[in-house]
Amino acid sequence: MAVKTLKIDDQLISARGDETILEAAAASGIHIPTLCNLQGVSLWGACRLCLVEVSGSSKLVAACVTPVAEGMVVQTQTKRLKHYRRMIVELLFAEGNHICSVCVSNHHCELQDLAIEMGIDHVRFTYQFPDRSVDISHPQFGVDHNRCVLCTRCIRVCDEIEGAHTWDMAGRGRNSRVITDLNQPWGEAESCTACGKCVNACPTGAIFRRGSTVAEMEHDRSQLEFISTARTRREWVQK
Amino acid sequence: MAKLKLATVWLGGCSGCHMSFLDLDEWLFELAHQVDLVYSPFMDAKQYPQEVDVALVEGAIANTDHWEMIHQVRDCTQYLIAFGDCAVTGNVTALRNILGTAEGVLERSYINLADLVPQIPAEEAIVPPLLDWVKPVHTVVPVDLYLPGCPPSPSRIKFVLEALLQGKRPQLEGRDQIKFG
Repeated sequence: MAVKTLKIDDQLISARGDETILEAAAASGIHIPTLCNLQGVSLWGACRLCLVEVSGSSKLVAACVTPVAEGMVVQTQTKRLKHYRRMIVELLFAEGNHICSVCVSNHHCELQDLAIEMGIDHVRFTYQFPDRSVDISHPQFGVDHNRCVLCTRCIRVCDEIEGAHTWDMAGRGRNSRVITDLNQPWGEAESCTACGKCVNACPTGAIFRRGSTVAEMEHDRSQLEFISTARTRREWVQK
Repeated sequence: MAKLKLATVWLGGCSGCHMSFLDLDEWLFELAHQVDLVYSPFMDAKQYPQEVDVALVEGAIANTDHWEMIHQVRDCTQYLIAFGDCAVTGNVTALRNILGTAEGVLERSYINLADLVPQIPAEEAIVPPLLDWVKPVHTVVPVDLYLPGCPPSPSRIKFVLEALLQGKRPQLEGRDQIKFG
């Protein structure tokens, strides 16, 4: 694979030709905020938090799905980008019912971490307070749609790592929601293997272990990364 | 130099922020030397004073009394602090917004979930009427500083008050100072 040379935040770096801007930046210690991105599963480019500026283009591009190119000049921390990133996080808070103080993932939440990173001390947009449901029909887990940010991580881990494809997306726009099987209660979804990968993949408190109280729900991403890496390297195939 | 006139106000919240204020423990003695507490649930003042330097406002705007009070507080206060998550985001107080209007909330509480005599209290001038929509403070009047947290820790409260006592504008940043919840 040919090596590409590019500049990210005035830092000259080399990257493999098949790498994305996000991967190349991370390898050089440059932090770009993400939310829908999850190590070990396919790229989605839905949350737009990793938007960056590429010289020569007036459009902002998502660093997670944009491949590096020779001579590319990328800016990741401009005033314009910070403005939009903060706006995205504030809009996520305004759209759902994210009440941190009564959330199982309080202190262990990527949305909360992003808000802190962006210095969000209040939300400028009108809270929508949508009427969303909570499904605790599953004996081990629950899904609280009030806290879902539609990152689709649960859908991707379930399909790509577990191979069950219990999760999917239904509805459009503000009515979008994740569903199990063909919109059946999770407890009745026959394809679910109760592996808990979706629980570990969820960035917020939307998917949780039943019985977890406020701030108890921790996510173990390393479990997902371990399986995905082992599969890529075919570590479990007898040689 | 004149002492700083400090007020603390309790609107639609659980008083947890005020309890956290009390958790300042012995620093309260130092504070007492440097401020005049002119209005607070901790003292017996009936009227909000005309000239207040700093007000810590706990709670969201949930009923008509809160609505009138917050306007009075804003009119008479130099530096208004949204004190805690209910004031900043609506928090638990605003969870009732999911039920729609005030009527929907009252029906749910007093009719649908009633064990005995289901009826909505109708006596006037005893309990202030609920607003249809619980609002964070900054959506009703301008706010000078947001102090999130449920409740904000005593160290956060102290950080803000110490800065104001030194005539500085507090700059909150990082997990210790601006986290919701």
